[in-house]
Amino acid sequence: MKRFKHNVLVMGMIGALVLAVCVSPAIAAPPKQKNLILATTTSTQDTGLLDVLIPLFEKRTGYFVKTIAVGSGQAMAMGQKGEADVLLVHSQEAEKKFIAEGYGISRRLVMHNDYIIVGPPGDPAGIRGTKTAAGAFKKIAAANAIFMSRGDNSGTHAKERAIWKNAGINPEGQKWYQQTGLGMGHTLAVSAEKKTYTLTDRGTYLALKKNLGLDILVEGDAILLNIYHVIEVNPARWPKVNAAGAKAFSDFMVSRQVQGIIKKFGVDKYGSPLFFPDAGKKEEKLGK
Amino acid sequence: MTGEMSILEVRNLYVERGGVAVLDIPGLTVCEGQVLTLIGPNGAGKSTLLLILSRLVKSVQGELIFRGRKVDSNDAAQDYRRKIAMVFQEPLLFDATVFDNVASGLRIRGVNRGEIKQVVGEYLERFGISHLDRRSARKLSGGEAQRTSLARAFAIRPEIIFLDEPFSSLDPPTRESLMGDLERNLRETQTTAVMATHDQFEALRLSDLIAVMNKGKIIQIGSPGEVMNHPVDEFAASFVGMETIITGEVTKTDGGTFIVSVSDQDVEVTGEMHVGEKLTCFVRPENVTLSLEPPGGKTSARNVFPGIVLKIIPMGFFNRVCIDCGFYLVAYVTNQSLEDLSLSVGKSVTASFKATAIHVIRKQK
Amino acid sequence: MEIIVEGIRQAFYLLFTLDPEVLGITLLSLEVSGTATLISLLIGISVGTAVALTRFPGRQLVVSMINTGMGLPPVVVGLFVTIFLWRNGPLGDLEILYTPTAIVIAQAIIATPIVTGITLAAMQHLPKNLRLQILALGATRLQMIWILVKEAKLPLLAAVMAGFGSVISEVGASIMVGGNIKGYTRVLTTATVMETGKGNFDIAIALGVILFILCFMINAVLTQIQQKERPR
Repeated sequence: MKRFKHNVLVMGMIGALVLAVCVSPAIAAPPKQKNLILATTTSTQDTGLLDVLIPLFEKRTGYFVKTIAVGSGQAMAMGQKGEADVLLVHSQEAEKKFIAEGYGISRRLVMHNDYIIVGPPGDPAGIRGTKTAAGAFKKIAAANAIFMSRGDNSGTHAKERAIWKNAGINPEGQKWYQQTGLGMGHTLAVSAEKKTYTLTDRGTYLALKKNLGLDILVEGDAILLNIYHVIEVNPARWPKVNAAGAKAFSDFMVSRQVQGIIKKFGVDKYGSPLFFPDAGKKEEKLGK
Repeated sequence: MTGEMSILEVRNLYVERGGVAVLDIPGLTVCEGQVLTLIGPNGAGKSTLLLILSRLVKSVQGELIFRGRKVDSNDAAQDYRRKIAMVFQEPLLFDATVFDNVASGLRIRGVNRGEIKQVVGEYLERFGISHLDRRSARKLSGGEAQRTSLARAFAIRPEIIFLDEPFSSLDPPTRESLMGDLERNLRETQTTAVMATHDQFEALRLSDLIAVMNKGKIIQIGSPGEVMNHPVDEFAASFVGMETIITGEVTKTDGGTFIVSVSDQDVEVTGEMHVGEKLTCFVRPENVTLSLEPPGGKTSARNVFPGIVLKIIPMGFFNRVCIDCGFYLVAYVTNQSLEDLSLSVGKSVTASFKATAIHVIRKQK
Repeated sequence: MEIIVEGIRQAFYLLFTLDPEVLGITLLSLEVSGTATLISLLIGISVGTAVALTRFPGRQLVVSMINTGMGLPPVVVGLFVTIFLWRNGPLGDLEILYTPTAIVIAQAIIATPIVTGITLAAMQHLPKNLRLQILALGATRLQMIWILVKEAKLPLLAAVMAGFGSVISEVGASIMVGGNIKGYTRVLTTATVMETGKGNFDIAIALGVILFILCFMINAVLTQIQQKERPR
């Protein structure tokens, strides 16, 4: 009898699993063309902005958005392969190349925030208040103070490399130059733990500030602007791309309502906005 | 006791493993109701033969015939396997109760519950394990487990039951009582059986027919009496317990008896032979008597030899005493006699055995 | 230290208030990993039994492959599944990348060699003559396999535990093929990684604690069955 009971139990468990699968609405694939793959940077997800915007978009348009949060580099690689429909990224040079090579159409300015150089309050390299980002990087290199890089081809990483280039320093292979290969949130956490300098977008920093113990040391340089564009992937190259959905999302992001939401996002929680809406502005005019 | 109807037959059986013949049997017939024992040392091919006879293993060469029909196709094999049963040395019980184990063969056959209950009950009873029916097979002693295995096999009510060393891993008292139950059930159910064993006593007790096997061949087949008393060669002789094996030449014949010269000693044997023939003589150790009296004393035995005790090996109820009396002789001596004679290694004794107690065969090349 | 205490407190709070998001994530994790385990059991037990019971050329190679597969790194599986499921990949027309189905597939691929390997070992561990004994009882091939599987059920329970444990706690493949999409493919592990990234360590710990409780409960049930059946 004992044996019998156990068999029943095991069968019951298997049965329950089968049932769970059968009745699960989540497993059933949503209708075709409804799916829209948005490849974006971790910063938009980690700040929580997309958690506000996506449901709104879905409700309004009926599309089902699959948000894949990766680095800007990977997001564009997905676009290049036609594995994403629309991109929300922040890596100017790479974006321009992406458009020039015909992978994307309609690159539209959405918003910006800015990058800041953060570090331990003790500031061993003495960069606090340095006017330019390149100047600060030079001091860090001269002091052999550890700098934590994303090292993941993200927009932030691209920006960081541009600053090193401006400073005329090649940090690769230097003992004080370390790479996490992780997203911004993780990199900040590592940086805080090891008391090192790092470059971060303001939004992620503000969102995580409470647990970090890192100070803003350098800000306000024009090069530190962090500009987000929405790019529709070129359907001419990849027929499977959901062009209509991409267009709808792009339109949505620059719409007056969304721009209004972006303007207010984070104010209640952090006291200041995390992003500044820029739809319709000229890129060159930002920060001036 | 032995029906003459052939129930199972193999022909031209030949099995090779790695270029070596492990079975080479031109023909073997089992008759209805007969108990055939395959006897031989480990590696003689007994188990392999059983697996082939039960068609659990298919032989590449040779055919198996059950009640006049060839068991060749897989379907035929499946049908055949539903008519037989097998008991291995290990009980191989399932992780279930004793009842469920005994019922397993019937369940496989789709027998209905009522009948299963009745049949299983009967066979639990037959093998004296009714009281264990609810017990987990894991909690059985070795003897109880093997009883369950036997009951499971018998409950199928097979036409032939195969037994592969069924008692080998049991202690002597358990083996004894289980053998009794097997013997009784074989008799009562009139089941044909083929059993493999390396134990001559088991073979003697249960068999109608004994086949002595060595190196994949059946070297002798016959009734227990024949095989025990008239082995065809040295191997068969040694395997059925003829421990003293001596060779010599016939030097004299004398109406019904003859003299064999063995290591300069004359051994008198009952029978007819020609002078000059080379012979091998076998003497069963239980037929050799030891005494402390010098040769020439009052004994009816024709063969009396002085000798020296080389070795005494206790065997439980008796002792094996090895003696050098010009040739090597083994005698069984009870514990009591051993004490009475105060035997010890190096002691001089007189060994005697009757002229009729010797089995001879012509020397093999 | 207080962050851990806070996390655990948060975990129970989220559990007992039946926070809809956390509940959804938990149920999805169970569902996805449960389905993947089920699939891996179906395939793994069949293949493991088949390999255990048959002799064929190249068998040794197959066994080595199964054993290697038991340690398949989830991210590698995730990568290959992603490449296959890409829209423009070989199976792109199925349109299942970034769906729970994709996670089920990846997890099933991770768990199947584990279940297969344990099944294989369990079957080979059974007494050599047991198969013959079952056949001698008149069993057909299918009946024999069924009886063997029943005989090996204790180690097979270990296979269930190992398979389920490996996939419920796996993150690399889930995040790659599922995309950690909120309310759709976000499971406990991917949510934990994300919350850590966001710096919400208390929620990350809470999710971790829920994952742990889940694993513990399921293994406790299976262990209970297994230990009760243990011989002597």
